[in-house]
Amino acid sequence: MKSLLATAMLMLSGAVAAATPLPATSVLQLSSRFTDQDGKSFVLSDRRGHVQVVSMFYSSCKFVCPLLIDSGLGLDKALTAAERAKLRVLLISLDPARDTTAALNALATKRKLDRTRWTLARTDKDGVRKTAALLDVRYRQLADGEFNHTSGLILLDSEGRILTRTEKLGATPDPAFLAAVRKALKASK
Amino acid sequence: MRRLLLTLLLVPTVAQAGGGVRDAGYVRIPAGEYKSALRYEDGDGRTKVAAFSLMKRPVTNAEFLAFVRAYPEWRRDRAPSVFAEPGHYLSHWRSPVDLGPANLPLQPVTQVSWFAATAYCEAQGARLPTWAEWEYVAAADETRRDARSDPAWRERILGWYSKPANVAMSPVGKGPSNVYGVQDMHGLVWEWAEDYAAMMVSGDNREQKADDRLKFCGAGAIAMDDRENYAVLMRVAMLSSLEADDSTSSLGFRCAR
Repeated sequence: MKSLLATAMLMLSGAVAAATPLPATSVLQLSSRFTDQDGKSFVLSDRRGHVQVVSMFYSSCKFVCPLLIDSGLGLDKALTAAERAKLRVLLISLDPARDTTAALNALATKRKLDRTRWTLARTDKDGVRKTAALLDVRYRQLADGEFNHTSGLILLDSEGRILTRTEKLGATPDPAFLAAVRKALKASK
Repeated sequence: MRRLLLTLLLVPTVAQAGGGVRDAGYVRIPAGEYKSALRYEDGDGRTKVAAFSLMKRPVTNAEFLAFVRAYPEWRRDRAPSVFAEPGHYLSHWRSPVDLGPANLPLQPVTQVSWFAATAYCEAQGARLPTWAEWEYVAAADETRRDARSDPAWRERILGWYSKPANVAMSPVGKGPSNVYGVQDMHGLVWEWAEDYAAMMVSGDNREQKADDRLKFCGAGAIAMDDRENYAVLMRVAMLSSLEADDSTSSLGFRCAR
């Protein structure tokens, strides 16, 4: 009985959470559709409830984009297991033409990403533009098909509000950004 | 120099009478190529533009009001702040659904964010023009597709830009039609571009250090290639400084498709 009640309460709280509108400053309000490396379709609001680190990249990029993944992995490594379990990482491709689900899947495998917490995602051109606008990522496709883009990690709280960002990339996390991640994880349930 | 910049940044107004076009339709723009006032390091100096259609005039207060009524989620009191900065977005209207006496229906709408402008265009099956498309059409005068090398053309445009801001903004459609039949590309409002976020203009690429390169995935910075074309360069500088939820009193838009 107790467990039934608990289940009912859980369902109720879930329903309440879904019914509560997102904060006006939440980037999760974007209506664009995404697909992850496993071919699963989602919208950003599906990710509500988790602190997440977000960035934009493209998989054929040789220089900064591998560094973005290194930075995320470095962050993972610096956290305790309990902290890490609560953090989600979302990398959205700027290059929907070449970053197919298969390409993202291959990259996730190559970099041995924890698919329970890491998402490599693609959306259409329109979605890319709107996501970049929300995250204030500047980008331009070059004549040779590569992209010129600002990079960095952006920290969202569990409601999708931008808390902070860093452009200091590398396997050793930016100390201020790491502290912000810890603080956000602590504040989340 | 600072004074010149300030003057250039003042709200442009058009004092010309006549024109009085009421049709808010689109004009077909033929494909072509031109030399942008921007230099793209990755390009060959020519910018190609495919054929497209562009609104003859910027979107007006009346048109945007009709949109807000049809899509109330874009009312200034309902639009999420992440899409349109509260206190700025449509803040000049008397109420969320009333222009009030201070705003004429045929004046161009301003105080609209990139997200709101994009939503307006999407609602009519259109989109914002890219910067390349905008610059391509804005190069024309009444008789030539590319009038930019003519000092008289440049002077005329700069004259518009340096008009004081304390004059009420003219209604749309009062400026002369350019060779394509498009009006008000210069002299009325700044305009959003779909890819405003692609304008990563650095002060001086030659001095870019390794640290700065880290910000970008690859080469291909943009530089100003035509330093005489202030009118266009001011627009680039302005657009590159904006974020998508920003809105200003001299920034409007038109759609393309």
